[in-house]
Amino acid sequence: MASEEMEQLVRREYKDGFVTDIESDTLPPGLDENTIAFISNKKGEPEWMLEWRLDAYRQWLKMKAPSWAHLDYPPIDYQSISYFSAPKRPEDRPQSLDEVDPKLLETYEKLGIPLHERAALAGVAVDAVFDSVSVATTFKKQLGEAGVIFCSISEAIRDYPELIKQYLGTVVPVADNYFAALNSAVFTDGSFVFVPEGVTCPMELSTYFRINAANTGQFERTLIICESRAQVSYLEGCTAPMRDENQLHAAVVELVALDDAYIKYSTVQNWYPGDENGVGGIYNFVTKRGDCRGDRSRISWTQVETGSAITWKYPSCVLRGKESIGEFYSVAVTNGRQQADTGTKMIHIGEGTRSYIVAKGISAGRSNQSYRGLVKIGPRAKGARNFTQCDSLLIGDKCGAHTFPYQEIGNSTATIEHEATTSKIGEDQLFYCQSRGISEEDAVSMIVNGFCKDVFQELPMEFAVEAEALLNVTLEGAVG
Amino acid sequence: MLQVNDLHVSVEGNEILKGLTLTIKAGEVHAIMGPNGAGKSTLSAVIAGKDGYEVTQGTITFEGKDVLEMEIEERAQAGLLLGFQYPVEIPGVKNIYLLKAALNAQRVARGEGEMPAPEFMKLVKEKLGYMKMDASFLQRAVNEGFSGGEKKRNEILQMLVLQPKLAMLDEIDSGLDIDAMKVVADGVNSLRAEDRAILLVTHYQRLLDYIVPDKVHVLVDGRIVKTGDAELAKQLEANGYEGIEESVA
Repeated sequence: MASEEMEQLVRREYKDGFVTDIESDTLPPGLDENTIAFISNKKGEPEWMLEWRLDAYRQWLKMKAPSWAHLDYPPIDYQSISYFSAPKRPEDRPQSLDEVDPKLLETYEKLGIPLHERAALAGVAVDAVFDSVSVATTFKKQLGEAGVIFCSISEAIRDYPELIKQYLGTVVPVADNYFAALNSAVFTDGSFVFVPEGVTCPMELSTYFRINAANTGQFERTLIICESRAQVSYLEGCTAPMRDENQLHAAVVELVALDDAYIKYSTVQNWYPGDENGVGGIYNFVTKRGDCRGDRSRISWTQVETGSAITWKYPSCVLRGKESIGEFYSVAVTNGRQQADTGTKMIHIGEGTRSYIVAKGISAGRSNQSYRGLVKIGPRAKGARNFTQCDSLLIGDKCGAHTFPYQEIGNSTATIEHEATTSKIGEDQLFYCQSRGISEEDAVSMIVNGFCKDVFQELPMEFAVEAEALLNVTLEGAVG
Repeated sequence: MLQVNDLHVSVEGNEILKGLTLTIKAGEVHAIMGPNGAGKSTLSAVIAGKDGYEVTQGTITFEGKDVLEMEIEERAQAGLLLGFQYPVEIPGVKNIYLLKAALNAQRVARGEGEMPAPEFMKLVKEKLGYMKMDASFLQRAVNEGFSGGEKKRNEILQMLVLQPKLAMLDEIDSGLDIDAMKVVADGVNSLRAEDRAILLVTHYQRLLDYIVPDKVHVLVDGRIVKTGDAELAKQLEANGYEGIEESVA
């Protein structure tokens, strides 16, 4: 197949949503201590929280944006960003699905998103709409009976200050990195989950069901705590394309697992990647870290990344507890001019700790992506084990894939295995499928889904189905 | 059924087929033999529509339709199926999934609609038994980690399930031990039917002891230089291709 055809096949347009007109209650662009005081005040935060933010801000001022990633973007002017905008008033949103871009709705259709959820996703004023409110209320009741706390981070700061003081910033310290420090200073939204000792959360938690989560914040802050023997599965994001006027997203996610606790964190990220030239896409600079603080605790990250113009993201595990386990399963798809530098860090501190990394990268168009992984085995991590597998799949001949595995081994009893492959989506594979009567598009999606299978099977069921549909839409040829 | 007329094919500017003419009728089994580099595999690849082959002259028609105008998948849907010499591995895609996708794509293209799952499973199990393959094959990724013999059997399994009108088998005997070859040959023989033709491309005569062809063509330097019946293959085995080349020259 000629490479132009190949390109045609993977080209897609992003079906963008509506563009909004009027913002209300929005801070003018700019960042200083007054901005932070304004945010803190708006959120009704106590004094200590403001101090925490200001401390982060002061440290951030002394830091420099990282330049080591294999990414290319113009310097960001942090003074040109507005750091607070209240949720849009219902009257400023589309009033019904009729006012929403039909192309966006078409995508929802293809992804199999239920009708009543499409409205919320498309930003339709939801007050009058559907059961989601009652669904969420039912969930709240069930969670409450189990003793699980699931609320926005702002509510948690007001209602559970002791837990926040005890855990916030203990996994990702305020000055951990440039973007984390910025987030600590100005975060405005995010989730808080607390699962008490011995409780298995009775349902999968999803931001989706958290009311007011429709407009995801630019600087999200999420904190999930599982006490001893507690378990939770948390789903972030959704497969539907999300349009956002905020170009820079710098989220921080902290997970804490105590003895025998298990946290499974799954992400499907599909932010706007920009147009064909990458203009207008989201910059997604995320710090995600899990702390296996307790013995035999386990934290599992699973992610499917298809969106954003630029992705800078390394969900990591600090394996402190004895025999704790860290896992990272990732599928990253880049197309057009997208750039992704993603991977994980597994820091083995405790004895007998284990980590498992499966990273699958798919590059198409003129996109570029890198896997960057660190496996660090400390001197006390006797008998630690790591297995890493990273595979890259190239579609067409104008894209790139790079692998940067780092290993720091501090003791001789550790076992490290690393496997890496790079393959071009075989014209041979395509020909093989097509010569059996399967269309080119179906063949590509079959091959790509096969390539991602190891990761998809780690996703919660509904997410896995959605992720497959998402890949098909993402790699669709002449869209529509 | 298949009519190849004065076919000239180049690969990267080198002419491989230099005016090949061949007619295959329904119900016939044809074998194309020839020395390495004669263009045997090129012929089946061009008929199936593989990229990288430039047809500079000549025509291929299948049941009256211009094959060269058809997309790769359309050729398969029309009933032209190629069994690969080197079947491709597709990690993560289950064998059964490929079979089902292929069968249904062909059926839908022919307006027959998808085959119901129970019927499909019954069909596949029956054919598996024929190829002496274990049901676990279906759950393994397509050709991944298959031995040479398993890959070849899998190709024939696909033929048995997909039931093409013209089955083209490229060096289906290469790398097979005698037992595996018998199984493969049995599978191919079971495909023989009045409304179906088979085109075997092979380097060795040995396969033709098990699958007896109606016609044998000797391909040398891009042209068919001699056509005969199964006896011709035996002569080739005895005298080699050089003898033929000399007799033609």
